[in-house]
Amino acid sequence: MAADLWTALFIALLAAFTGYEVISRVPVLLHTPLMSGSNFIHGIVLVGAIVALGIATTPLEQGIGFVAVVMGAMNVTGGYVVTERILAMFDRSKRKGGPP
Amino acid sequence: MTTFVQDAINAVYVVAVIVFVLGLRAMSSPATARRGILYAGVAMLLAVVVTFFSPSLSNFALIALGVAIGGLGGWYWARVVQMTAMPQMVAVFNGMGGGAAAAIAAVTLLFGLGSRATAGLSLSGAIIGSISIAGSMIAFLKLQGWLRSKPIVLPARQYVNTAVLVVGLGFGVWALWQFSTFWLLPFYVLLLLYGVLLTLPIGGADMPVVISLTNALTGIAVALDGFALVNGPLGDAGYAMVIAGVLVGSAGSLLTVLMAKAMNRSIANVFFGAFGATEEEGTTIQGALKPIEASDVAVMLSYASKVIIAPGYGLAVAQAQGKVRELADLLEQKGVTVKFAIHPVAGRMPGHMNVLLAEAGVSYDKLFDRDEINQEFPSTDVVLVIGANDVVNPAARRQGSPLYGMPILDVDAAKNVIVLKRGSGKGFAGIENDLFYRENTHMLYGDAQASLTKLVQELKKL
Repeated sequence: MAADLWTALFIALLAAFTGYEVISRVPVLLHTPLMSGSNFIHGIVLVGAIVALGIATTPLEQGIGFVAVVMGAMNVTGGYVVTERILAMFDRSKRKGGPP
Repeated sequence: MTTFVQDAINAVYVVAVIVFVLGLRAMSSPATARRGILYAGVAMLLAVVVTFFSPSLSNFALIALGVAIGGLGGWYWARVVQMTAMPQMVAVFNGMGGGAAAAIAAVTLLFGLGSRATAGLSLSGAIIGSISIAGSMIAFLKLQGWLRSKPIVLPARQYVNTAVLVVGLGFGVWALWQFSTFWLLPFYVLLLLYGVLLTLPIGGADMPVVISLTNALTGIAVALDGFALVNGPLGDAGYAMVIAGVLVGSAGSLLTVLMAKAMNRSIANVFFGAFGATEEEGTTIQGALKPIEASDVAVMLSYASKVIIAPGYGLAVAQAQGKVRELADLLEQKGVTVKFAIHPVAGRMPGHMNVLLAEAGVSYDKLFDRDEINQEFPSTDVVLVIGANDVVNPAARRQGSPLYGMPILDVDAAKNVIVLKRGSGKGFAGIENDLFYRENTHMLYGDAQASLTKLVQELKKL
């Protein structure tokens, strides 16, 4: 296996522990926004999609790459907006109706 | 020049990764959660923008068009959708990520990228991404009600599923072995089919677990794609994908386990149990359903000293969160103590009820977790169960019931239980609820919004 892959593997292990640590003490209240937020973060797939389409040459590769970019971009913006909308409701200052 | 540009791009990726972690950290506390998503958003924007400047990319027009279509489409859809439909929206956008991961893997496989190790990584990304998009789409269709939410059980499904998976994987391995991209087509078709078959038998009540798991899976698929890219010409984008993907994979897996634990179900049981498809045998329920009028409930409530409201998915469907707050405010003006009992898996996602009630302006300190409130039910005069069913089903205490062992809200310990329900149907799990037949339980039939409106009117008259 190439050296780059080993490097990536070490990085992946550290990232796995980080993800575990960050989530381990979360109130149930935030499970939904957190699921939605992590859904947004894997939108980084868009970066890979841009690279894939960017190096595509044949029409087939371009077609599949294009689909990847569209789906990746949807993941990013949709994931962001959904999370933002959920979290906006927790914001006390801008709550509609407000306390009486 | 090229190395300078690449260094600058890498520096931005490093910053983006740090901010992702900080953002996720901030999102795990209520006070800072909103800041967290903003951080993550800025990091994502940076990472995407600098990727455009990667040397040796082409097809810029196509890329820009794709980003515009997908980005605006996702943005618009997520904006206009009702708050109650949020769970299925998370499923959709998660599926998009999985699909993108599977498509990226297809492109890198078509390139035939160098070594078998790299191609193997792409293939793994393709497997997980395909299962993720297919599973997410079924979850979406079920939650949206476009597909029957009860488990759809095909004959001999375990064998069929396993066969589909094995043959699909076989095509994939064969494609790698032969360096022949032709076999990738049946590989993708069968893997997508497997994702569908895996999710179809899962009932709507378990969908949160499915969404959470496919979310974690998408993260892993993204990381695998990243691994495969690391070896390629534009490897450094791969590292960012590995870190963000694994971060989501591990955080998402933990979240999935926490959710399953809240329902006292194992992940394996969720996926292979076809939960709710079979009826429990040998139990007959004694008693009859006793309907009650809104005016009687209003009287009962106004003379109570403590009322607990246990909301469920019915509240979300009826969009009755505002009405329930009005009712609570009215009761408090009359000197009644009002509390909300929130079961961790009430609704279609953990925290679903907290979100809805927060939207309606019910303050946090009135929302209580199952563990916090369960001992209070015996000293409660009236419990209003609004559109909740499985999470208050005492069958969970009876051995042999499919619900057995699921921690529930012990509402039946209260002096009076009023169940607001549309009809006498069963809950999402499809199991008869003997709570409804108990001595101290009365049924207030109708849409939650309409029933609560009537209750508020009656209370104002008193």
